[in-house]
Amino acid sequence: MRVALVDGPIDVSALISEVSDDSCGAATVFLGCVRDVNEGRAVTGIEYSAYRSMAEREMTAIAREAAERFGVAHLVVEHRLGTLGLGDVSVAIVVAHPHRAPALDAMRFAIEQLKRRVPIWKLELYVDGTREWIGAGSIPDGVR
Amino acid sequence: MGVHARRAGYILSETMTVTVLLFASYADALGKSAIELDVAPGSTVRDILGTLLSMPGGDRLPPRPLVAVNQEYASANTTLHGGEEVAVIPPVAGG
Repeated sequence: MRVALVDGPIDVSALISEVSDDSCGAATVFLGCVRDVNEGRAVTGIEYSAYRSMAEREMTAIAREAAERFGVAHLVVEHRLGTLGLGDVSVAIVVAHPHRAPALDAMRFAIEQLKRRVPIWKLELYVDGTREWIGAGSIPDGVR
Repeated sequence: MGVHARRAGYILSETMTVTVLLFASYADALGKSAIELDVAPGSTVRDILGTLLSMPGGDRLPPRPLVAVNQEYASANTTLHGGEEVAVIPPVAGG
């Protein structure tokens, strides 16, 4: 199990190799990528920033929760920071398990929790030269 | 110079310092990403937010933003003891 914030391109093949072994009959991969349009506006890229120490802590907590909840031991999460262009992979979650169901469930759990809880932000860059902070996240339960 | 009272061998200061971290749109609003704040002992997260909201650009923050104390989400009632890292967290948008 490993989580990381990275400043360069994510090597998805390396992540699959990292979590897979001969006991694993299934490996699931989620990739988040930079999309060309958001809410009708043409996008050229996204600048990702984070509260690094807390983001790593929350990502670690999510990986542990996924491991406990779904009984998965082979899981890796990488989130990239910095300026990304269209199609670049911003986040990768790879889970391997003897069977597909826990691998699929753990992957889904990890990305949904990441989007809710991990302090990472997007500054979206548009074709017309403007930029805007994206506030898509929700406030975690139990706060306040 | 601060006023100190010496009692039973302890030096009691009338203020304590916390480090406030700002990110993304909130850092843009206040024009900085970190602020050292001197506050009264026993201050809460709510008190810190009140101070921030009264600063130039503070009106661009929501009245009750999300906060983390020492990297953990915390309520407005959380009491501070000095030395904490208080992060004001805009809506997260990872992925």
